[in-house]
Amino acid sequence: MLKKVAVIGGGVAGLEAARQLAALGYQTTVYEKNDHAGGHTSEWDRLFPNRRPAVEVVDTLKSQLNGNPAIVLSTPITELLPNGDKFTLKTSNKSFEADAVLIATGFELFQAERKEEYGYGIYDNVITSAELEKMFTEHGTPLMRNGEKPKRVAFVHCVGSRDEKVNHLYCSKVCCVTAVKQAIEAKEAIPEAEIFCLYMDLRMFGPGYEELYKEAQQKGINFIRGRLSEASELDGGRLLIKTEDTLASRPLKMSVDMLVLMVGMTPAEGTSKLIYNLGLKPNADGFIGVSDYHLKPSETGIRGVYTAGACSGPNNITDSINSARSAVVEIHRYLSVKEP
Amino acid sequence: MKEHPFVIPFTIGLTFVILYTVVMWTIWVVRLTRREKKIIWKRLLTVKTLRGIWETIREGLFHRNIFKKNVILGFMHMSLAFGWFMLIVLGNLEARLYPHGLINPPYYPIFFEFFRHDLSPLREYEEIFTFLMDFFLLLVISGIGIAFFKRYKSKVMGMHRTTKHILIDRIALTSLWLIFPFRILAESVTAGLYNTGHFFTNFLGQQVIYGLPLDQLYYPSWWAYSIALGSFFVALPFSRYMHIPTEILLIFLRKYGVREKDSHSSYTNVELNACSRCGICIDSCHLSTDLGISDTQPTYFIRDLRYSKPSERLRETCMLCMRCLKACPVGIEITQIRKNERSEHQLFSPTSYSYLNGYAYPKAKVAFFAGCMGHLTPNIIKSTLLLLDAAGIDYTFIDRNGSICCGRPLQLNGEVDAAKQLIDKNNRLIYETGANCLVTTCPICASEFKKNYHMSIPIYHHSQYLWELTNQGRLVFNQSNLNVAYHDPCELSRGLGVVDEPRKLLKSAVVLTENSNQTKQNSLCCGGSLAITNTSAFQKSTIAASTVLQLANNTTDLIATACPLCKKTLAAAQNDVPVQDISEIMVKALMDSRKASLSEAKVKMASPKLEVVEEYK
Repeated sequence: MLKKVAVIGGGVAGLEAARQLAALGYQTTVYEKNDHAGGHTSEWDRLFPNRRPAVEVVDTLKSQLNGNPAIVLSTPITELLPNGDKFTLKTSNKSFEADAVLIATGFELFQAERKEEYGYGIYDNVITSAELEKMFTEHGTPLMRNGEKPKRVAFVHCVGSRDEKVNHLYCSKVCCVTAVKQAIEAKEAIPEAEIFCLYMDLRMFGPGYEELYKEAQQKGINFIRGRLSEASELDGGRLLIKTEDTLASRPLKMSVDMLVLMVGMTPAEGTSKLIYNLGLKPNADGFIGVSDYHLKPSETGIRGVYTAGACSGPNNITDSINSARSAVVEIHRYLSVKEP
Repeated sequence: MKEHPFVIPFTIGLTFVILYTVVMWTIWVVRLTRREKKIIWKRLLTVKTLRGIWETIREGLFHRNIFKKNVILGFMHMSLAFGWFMLIVLGNLEARLYPHGLINPPYYPIFFEFFRHDLSPLREYEEIFTFLMDFFLLLVISGIGIAFFKRYKSKVMGMHRTTKHILIDRIALTSLWLIFPFRILAESVTAGLYNTGHFFTNFLGQQVIYGLPLDQLYYPSWWAYSIALGSFFVALPFSRYMHIPTEILLIFLRKYGVREKDSHSSYTNVELNACSRCGICIDSCHLSTDLGISDTQPTYFIRDLRYSKPSERLRETCMLCMRCLKACPVGIEITQIRKNERSEHQLFSPTSYSYLNGYAYPKAKVAFFAGCMGHLTPNIIKSTLLLLDAAGIDYTFIDRNGSICCGRPLQLNGEVDAAKQLIDKNNRLIYETGANCLVTTCPICASEFKKNYHMSIPIYHHSQYLWELTNQGRLVFNQSNLNVAYHDPCELSRGLGVVDEPRKLLKSAVVLTENSNQTKQNSLCCGGSLAITNTSAFQKSTIAASTVLQLANNTTDLIATACPLCKKTLAAAQNDVPVQDISEIMVKALMDSRKASLSEAKVKMASPKLEVVEEYK
């Protein structure tokens, strides 16, 4: 009989893992809580570093599946229970069984309201990086609430990341390069606009990232090393922001038309509840803890339950794809080879 | 009467403790300030003295404050203090009623049973005296029993932690505990030999230990009793038991109006010596209950300050949330003493604040002041201003373009000289606005304004001001069945005594439920205190999470608070219950009553204009 593998989460990691598992001959099912697959990538306009349309990646992943394995949409798994050698997955009204489980529940975007001093949800023209992506998809340009194009835009790095005050000490990895990419796109869409990036430091760790940063500088984007302290709304809807230019060692007050908050990654709601019944606890950052950070990055400590993608910590797409493949190897070893 | 040398240890001890107390009381009183001495003289022959006597009896003998906190603990303290007191009083009475004159040496009534075996000359009083002496001896020994038990099983007494004592306290404690067993032994042996005593010692002597060689035990047991008394008295002035004579002085000084000032004084010494190191403060402290830091509470801080100087860690590891202040049964002004101790270690120089000259606030009638924390919580500002707009208040947001710090964070950290720079400057700027009242959303600012600014205009926390407007009918809210728990900010409740207005205000829009008895003056701390710099953000969050857990239950929709710092800290604990400032809840209820959209609402705010001082080039 075919062994069953359940993949929880139909983002890039889940889709890639499902494809590989099906190719290895396992009866694989992807359970996706949303009504479409592709996760956060499907909400994005273009991807760093080469600014390729995100839809290309998602469509490729989906088309490679070609109906096998099946993706069960709108099916949020809320409980995961051990059941002898197998596992039971439950939604509010259904229950599924599997021989092995891959948790690929991904991340959620940091709720920008929690940094109240930045004014998200209070002032009209404070938006998140995800909302800007939507604007690029829909309008091809940043637009203020009144429909006009902004003349001055500031990107605020590290919103909800590397911030003790919101209990997030970790780096979300992808926001720096996303800010640089979005800054270039904004500049291209509105060439006369002044664009600022307020950063702590720029973590350009991937291939092509540093080049993108150089391109941004050449295109006249201003990089100010300083964390935003607070924003307030000027009469007429413009925003006054306070920061410190730490390279020039001076406090700085300036006005902008639009503030883009580079929201970081937080553990997906429900993931910690999902692993609770297995006796697993989240790591210090709230993500799924893996057995060995260096040597067993796909294992959870429970045989038969594996993890891939950003549910164990911030990841970019490439790393998520790699972690999915790594998990598939572990699942294959678990299901096909007797001894570990 | 036959003299016997066994009375010597007791007599030496008693003489020493009395002399020591007299000398110390004299030094402390002499060293009070001229003003303090003057008010004491003025009030000496007033009702305040009677009140002092009453409080001495109430707290010194009956320990009402401890009773209120914990019945068993109260009984323990009461049985020891009151029981022993009664033994002394009754012993003296019977020795004086005995038909041989009123004058006798101090040891005579204490060892009366040794000197007099035949109490029949007391005639009709014999029975009642012997009964009462046995009764109170039993009361005291029950207290000692509880105390002994508490040392090893403090949890059973409702105390999670009890003070870890130093050597001198252990010596004094051991002597104290031995006094009464030895007394029982001495009196029982005497009762066995001479058929003295009543239901307790007579029973022990005649029925329990009659088989022992009583005549050989007779003198040693009286010696042991006297030595235990003597060594307790000699150790007392150097141990925590100095609180016994000192607390009496403290009670009277306080009744006459003497208080802690902004630096250590002679009165501080009285307070330090009045601490009994009971350890009740430990359990009141979030650092202990939530973070397991149980060695920096006042019991230790006060002790080290009494003997020498507390370590930096001891001095600084405190949120100044004032919970211990409310918990202290002796009423020692712990928070002020710690602040004063901090002020002796100032790091900042007043010149660090010379940049303040560039600021100005606009003219105002009703001055609204957001303060630094207000600026970090713009939704609180927006909500409050929308409410002021709705009530038709002609306000000016005086620090819209930035404010000078109220000075509280520096004050709390003992940086009083630097704080003075801010206070003086800010005070003048506020004065120059010409405002006839000041409203602030920040209890920290409000507390500082009220305590250290000495302003001539009224200062309102927004919860007070909004309640007043509501009470006048100028604000009308939609009543919803939102289930709200209210968190009292420490600076508002314990600091300023404002606990009713926020509750009344909330009740005019939502359902307010009290799920915890740790509210109002006993309110929990959010953990975000500005007074502590050596705890991490994660430790603060741990405290916040524990506070949320105690405040909310599974029917709570929302936690309301009235402080931007509390709001931020409690919200950072990442719990399922959202946290909002009282103004945010009220503005929602206002908009609901007007069927208006909150997200579309704009603050009027004609002046002042927000200015961009310097654009980035």
